[in-house]
Amino acid sequence: MDDFTTVILDYVKREYIEEGDDREVGVDTPLISGGIVDSFSMVSLKRFVEKKYGIQIPDADATPAAFDSVTKIAELVVRFQKV
Amino acid sequence: MAYGAKAREWYESELAGIKGAGLLKEERYIRSPQGAEIDVEYPAGAPPKHVINLCANNYLGLSSHPEVVEAARKGLDTRGYGMSSVRFICGTQDIHRDLERRLTAFLGTEDTLLFPSCMDANAGVFEAVLGEQDVTIADRLIHASLVDGVRLCKAAQDSYKHSDMGHLEEKLQLHQDKRFRMIITDGVFSMDGDLAKLDEIVALAEKYDAMVCVDDSHSTGFIGKTGRGTHEHCGVVGKIDIITTTLGKAMGGASGGCVSGRKELVEMCRQRARPYLFSNTVAPVIVAGAIKVLDILSRSTDRRDKLEWNAAYWRKLLVEAGFDVKAGASPIVPVMLYNAKLAQDVARDLFAEGIYVVGFFFPVVPKGQARIRTQLSAAHEKAHLDRAIEAFVKVGRKYEILGKDKNAIIQQYGL
Repeated sequence: MDDFTTVILDYVKREYIEEGDDREVGVDTPLISGGIVDSFSMVSLKRFVEKKYGIQIPDADATPAAFDSVTKIAELVVRFQKV
Repeated sequence: MAYGAKAREWYESELAGIKGAGLLKEERYIRSPQGAEIDVEYPAGAPPKHVINLCANNYLGLSSHPEVVEAARKGLDTRGYGMSSVRFICGTQDIHRDLERRLTAFLGTEDTLLFPSCMDANAGVFEAVLGEQDVTIADRLIHASLVDGVRLCKAAQDSYKHSDMGHLEEKLQLHQDKRFRMIITDGVFSMDGDLAKLDEIVALAEKYDAMVCVDDSHSTGFIGKTGRGTHEHCGVVGKIDIITTTLGKAMGGASGGCVSGRKELVEMCRQRARPYLFSNTVAPVIVAGAIKVLDILSRSTDRRDKLEWNAAYWRKLLVEAGFDVKAGASPIVPVMLYNAKLAQDVARDLFAEGIYVVGFFFPVVPKGQARIRTQLSAAHEKAHLDRAIEAFVKVGRKYEILGKDKNAIIQQYGL
């Protein structure tokens, strides 16, 4: 789980934090409700974890709430790795 | 009555919240034709004030051009006022087809379809040409109307950091398994005035088999050597699959927009784009005026050349005076103030000095990026700009911002 959060957090920082943006992002920072990731960009986050971990997250489970923090995304990865 | 006290109170409180946050948009009444100098009634009820206009999209100064007005009048006489029908029932005149052919030739595309506005063109185009097997990959600073259009279509949505070609390439690689990839960008970004790197975008599109859609509303008529747009400036005429643009800015400034590009994509819009199918198109009087605009632009490049000179001169005046100006090569010249209240105060004081500009702040621009967006026109004479810079310097001195960079302004006024 810790490995997942580290990798996902790193991706989120690279992908969504612009140069000069000094916002701190941690594993529990609200991503979508906090305005860091917009619904437009959520698809790349979903595709990233699917490709990275060889999983398929059904659209019904890929809700903004389920992607709202690095911890929640890591939980989703664990859940679908087991399916 | 369905609109009861509960609803009224809720909306009142919502509006009070917008006002309390300093985000209330107010209209100012202009009591003259659009131009370099206008008469503005502000606040409402005040006697009109004669001011220099530095905030219109009247880039080529054609909004009230006598030839355009005369052509529009003739259009009114010969084709009437309204169509009272959508295009495919009985709402298409010969002049609509004429204008579409003229725009196709001007933009160097295969075909063109008029829309009531470019907002409508952007709202309709993606749903008409993309499906759920496809993906849109949009610059993160695209115009709100493109965002709406992308949301209305079934394709997966992705984005790349503003003008970051490395990031765009990553996204194109990520989505190679999709049927179609469509890169979406503004030609000139309306808030910063910078140009999309269309040559690099087209090269990436060719490498990764993607289509390119450009909203060229802030460039059609004046960017590029003969004013064709950003694609001409970047040397990629004929390589943009979809161009959306407006008649509501440089091209006479009345209203109307279009989708122009690959003929099959344009035809898909004719069959499926809902704003085209379910609303009247551009009124005959505007079509006649727009055809005249294209006549004027085809005759000579004088107007876009003058605009280019004006923009360079104005930019130089601001920089020499010590303002913090965003770099760029378009007639959109943002004067950075960072603090929202400062932007509003400076705009208000400039109005008092006879210069009409508007402060922009969140949510129109990102937080901490408040500014005054100045926009040049071919209708401006050098004397207008010399007069305007005097006022800018006077107000700049009052707020002690001349010669200060971002950090110094933020230190003085906060964010």
